[in-house]
Amino acid sequence: MPIQYYIILSLALFCIGIVGVLVRRNVIIVFMCVELMLNAVNLLLVAFSKMHHGIAVVNDKATTVGTDAQLFVFFIMVVAAAEVSVGLAIIVMMYRNTHSVDVNFLNRLKN
Amino acid sequence: MNKIVYLVPLFPLIGFLINGLGRKSLSKSLIGIIGSATVLASFIVSLVLFFDVKAHGASIVDYFNFINVDSLKVSFAFQIDALSSLFLLIITGVGFLIHVYSTAYMIDEEPQHYGRYFAYLNLFIFSMLLLVMGANYVIMFIGWEGVGLCSYLLIGFWFKNDNFNYAAKKAFVMNRIGDLGFLLALFWLIQKLGTANYADVFAHASSLSSFDVTAITILLFVGAMGKSAQIPLYTWLPDAMAGPTPVSALIHAATMVTAGIYMIARSNVLYSMSEVTMNLVAIIGLATALFSATIALKQNDIKKVLAYSTVSQLGYMFLGLGVGAYTGAVFHVMTHAFFKALLFLAAGSVIHAMHHEQDIRKMGGLKKHLPITHITFLLGCIAISGIPPFSGFFSKDEILAAAFAKNPIYWGLGVAGAAMTAFYMFRLYATTFLGTFRGTHDQEHHLHESPAAMTIPLIILALLSVIGGFVGVPEILGGHHELRSFLSPVITTEVEHHIEHSTEYLLMGISVAVAAIAIIFAINKFSKKPELAEATGFGKVLSNKWYVDELYDTVFVRTTLAKGKFLKNIIEKNIIDGAVNGVGKLVNYSSRQLRLIQSGLVSGYILFMVLAIIVVVLIWVNDGYIYKFFSTLF
Amino acid sequence: MIPVLLILIPLLSGLVTFFLKDEKAAKSWSLLSSVITLAVVFSGLFIYDHNSESNFNAAWLPALGSSFSLSLDGMGKMLTLLTAISFPVVFASTYKNSYKESGSFYGLMLLTQAGLMGVFVAADALLFYFFWELALIPVYFLCSIWGGEKRIAVTFKFFIYTFIGSLLMLAGILYLYFQTPDHSFAIKSLYSLHLSVKDQNIIFWLFFIAFAIKMPIFPFHTWQPDTYEQSPTAVTMILSGVMVKMGIFAVIRWLLPIFPDAVAHFSTIIIIFSIIGMIYASLIAIQQDDIKRLIAYSSIAHIGLMCAAIFAHNRIGLEGVLIQMFNHGINVIGLWIVADVIEQQLGTRKLSELGGLAQKAPVLAILLVVMALANIALPLTNAFVGEFLMFNGLFQYNVWFAAIAGISIILAAVYTLNMVQKIFYGNTVSITANAVDAKNNVQWILIVLVVVVLLLGVYPQPLINLTKDTVNIILVNR
Repeated sequence: MPIQYYIILSLALFCIGIVGVLVRRNVIIVFMCVELMLNAVNLLLVAFSKMHHGIAVVNDKATTVGTDAQLFVFFIMVVAAAEVSVGLAIIVMMYRNTHSVDVNFLNRLKN
Repeated sequence: MNKIVYLVPLFPLIGFLINGLGRKSLSKSLIGIIGSATVLASFIVSLVLFFDVKAHGASIVDYFNFINVDSLKVSFAFQIDALSSLFLLIITGVGFLIHVYSTAYMIDEEPQHYGRYFAYLNLFIFSMLLLVMGANYVIMFIGWEGVGLCSYLLIGFWFKNDNFNYAAKKAFVMNRIGDLGFLLALFWLIQKLGTANYADVFAHASSLSSFDVTAITILLFVGAMGKSAQIPLYTWLPDAMAGPTPVSALIHAATMVTAGIYMIARSNVLYSMSEVTMNLVAIIGLATALFSATIALKQNDIKKVLAYSTVSQLGYMFLGLGVGAYTGAVFHVMTHAFFKALLFLAAGSVIHAMHHEQDIRKMGGLKKHLPITHITFLLGCIAISGIPPFSGFFSKDEILAAAFAKNPIYWGLGVAGAAMTAFYMFRLYATTFLGTFRGTHDQEHHLHESPAAMTIPLIILALLSVIGGFVGVPEILGGHHELRSFLSPVITTEVEHHIEHSTEYLLMGISVAVAAIAIIFAINKFSKKPELAEATGFGKVLSNKWYVDELYDTVFVRTTLAKGKFLKNIIEKNIIDGAVNGVGKLVNYSSRQLRLIQSGLVSGYILFMVLAIIVVVLIWVNDGYIYKFFSTLF
Repeated sequence: MIPVLLILIPLLSGLVTFFLKDEKAAKSWSLLSSVITLAVVFSGLFIYDHNSESNFNAAWLPALGSSFSLSLDGMGKMLTLLTAISFPVVFASTYKNSYKESGSFYGLMLLTQAGLMGVFVAADALLFYFFWELALIPVYFLCSIWGGEKRIAVTFKFFIYTFIGSLLMLAGILYLYFQTPDHSFAIKSLYSLHLSVKDQNIIFWLFFIAFAIKMPIFPFHTWQPDTYEQSPTAVTMILSGVMVKMGIFAVIRWLLPIFPDAVAHFSTIIIIFSIIGMIYASLIAIQQDDIKRLIAYSSIAHIGLMCAAIFAHNRIGLEGVLIQMFNHGINVIGLWIVADVIEQQLGTRKLSELGGLAQKAPVLAILLVVMALANIALPLTNAFVGEFLMFNGLFQYNVWFAAIAGISIILAAVYTLNMVQKIFYGNTVSITANAVDAKNNVQWILIVLVVVVLLLGVYPQPLINLTKDTVNIILVNR
């Protein structure tokens, strides 16, 4: 499959994520949209990695060129998981204190 | 002889210090003795120097380097030559008499103010001596400003009266305007010749371009205008009469106001090189002589008449300088010092007797109460009117003859001025001394002749006013004009004029006749029925001094004050400080506006972030094109 | 060693003073310290060995190419002398005033002195900047804690104003640093720089604005009258007597030799601004009713003349500026002392509310009159020589500049005599009816100042000789 498909898909996912973050006020939805953006990036990384690897393998069967991006994907997934655990904890605390999951409700740091 | 030169100014300085510091502890008589004795000592030393100069010629005594920077060397040096030794005699001689006179005149002051008075007077003598003794223009300038200071202090001597203080301030500021001219001339000389020493300046004067000479001499003349009260800077002198009367006699008649004449006579080498300046000096002098004479016609304050008369006589001296009769001008300084000091002191004696009444309309008939004052005043009036063989005749005649040689119109106007002089002086004399007494009964009761300390100086000055002219008897009257030959080493550029003897006799005859007619007319007019009413019509313009003070007040003083106010309240507060504070306000305002961006809405922040990312990506994607575009901007 | 002592004595004794709780102890201690500094300066005056005693060099920030290097040349000697004279004079003449938390007050004063001394002896650009700020910051606290009612706003303005200048200067110093071949802040390396004309024209302004604010030159002067008015008088004396000389000093030491082409290029415009400032400040001074503001504007006018004479850039003018820095310091401190006496005793500084004080306080009147005469540069007072030389220098640069600037000497006579007249002459008014003469300490101090004024007026040559070497260096480096 041409690389463009992957790019367009991940762009679409990313844009959905951004729009979701921008327009939604429910903090859990916002959180999910952030995950969506991360995964869009992950998808792109894997797609490029595969593409570069495929090109390099033609010359040298044993090459590892293009595989390191996949390592990043694992990193991102691990970090995202950690982030989710911390983030969800914060959201729980927020709900306990304010009985709301509205992101605009906690704005006392402005000014 | 050089060893004693420094004593001349030192004595008055010592007197100043003793009287100034000890004015609370010394007794009045001691203060008076110290004040007078120091000036007498100076006079004696000056006499010695005078005869020394006569026998051995001039000398320069160098004491120390006053300013020595780069190529500019100004030394604190005194030059004793014919001109300065003559002025030394006038200053210390007349000064001494006035000191003696003051001991009695000021006796009513508290001891502390009495001491202050003599301290100022001694300081004045000191400064005036510096002025004439200096061997370069810088030392002259030191004395020049010093006498201005003393004049300020003495005019405002009775400092409780604010009008006197204003008069003092006016005198100082107007003098300062002149001083600026002097200072610029001094810088000009230093720039072109690298020196301010008389000897060097005059030796190298020929290397100056004619523009330089004209500029320097005109600027110097501006200085002289201020100090010697010439148009347009003359209005301070009549106001200066606020000071005690002996001060008017010493500073504002005999010595300080003649500093301008001294300066020009001293610089005669420079002045003779510039025809333009010479004409300017002559015209300004003549204009001042006539203008102030007209004002004097209608004044009713005894001292104001004398003050305008002084301005007018100073005008004659400048006329003399302008037509190249330097000796005549100096001669007139000398005779004027005698008779004008005499007139002021006699007026002081009258004021003393009248208990500080100065309005002549309230006097009259003082002849029998103040016999000595009357006689001496009369002699002074005759002398100033130019009746032979009194001193004023010779000096004024010399100036007028030179003026005729230069331009007969000068002479005609000069004679007209002389007629006015004779007229107003005898108007003053007749109104004051003749007729009947018009003051209060109480005043009449207390009328008395002044004590000896006041009358003796009057008598001596009267004697000098009578015979003082004989040092300069012109050749056509059978004299040798000793003054001219004495001054010839200093005044090297005297304009020799050649008038037929018959013409000269005619000129003398006319001027004497005119003066005599004016005198007779004035005595007839005023001895019986003096002018008591307020003047009307043109007379009112004259008695209000042509409204020059009002004009200056509107044109210069008020506008300067208004400018100051405008700058203070509008420019400083709104524009300059406004700009500074405006920057502060701008920062404040923009921070307040920018604060609104921090709305607290998470999505808002993210929107900015996304936009920023898009911008960065765009810059990068376009192959650095946008970056390049921006980099060309800066 | 001497320059180090000059900084260390006030620095250490100042730090000690912070811990003195007793007011009297703080006063005497700081007076003692300042007198010792004065003695050290005097000993320095008579040492002409330029290597051992008047120079000092130690490693400070070797990695940056900056060293703790101090040197005392003629101009430095003169200005350290001025600083050293003015502090004991200020302490002694305000001895009777009392300040809350006097330990901190005197401590900050001494720190200021240390900073000033450092500025005048620093031979390293970074060190110079360091002391420049060290002198500024204590003054900020002095004004904002002990000042008048509007002190907060005024000192804030003062601080921001001078701080902006300092930052520009720092940028300039750093630029110069990177231009030196050996990456050094030493004054010698900076003097031997040959910058391109374009560089000079830009960097010149970074420095000049800093110094112009400090002096201050029209139109950067608006902090000054407010600050002088609001500061406690002791601080005002230091500000106007010594601190504004920092600006002039810095122009001579750091600007003229390093940017000769830029100085020549911009001299006309700067002189024009200086002269506008002179006339402008003089006219405003005539309209002032507050003694302190009057003296402040008069000071701006005098500083304007100094700045103009510096940029006339000839030997006579520069020599005049150098000796006038000292003379103006002495004169203006004398005027402030009188202003302080009047304010402390009568509780007002308004000329319109005063009058007739000469009857009640004759000694003070005489002393003020002498100081006032020095302020208008009457001959035989010290200021005459300086102004004579400065006007002379300006005249050599351009006749018209000298003539227009000369108007200020007429205006100076107007406002100074106005002040004298309104305070001392006329009849007494209700405020002055029960006034008494100045206290003994003030009288003696003023007498000392008057003697200095007259001595230097009659025989100014020692000052001229002292600063001759500096003029040589500055003008030869061109």
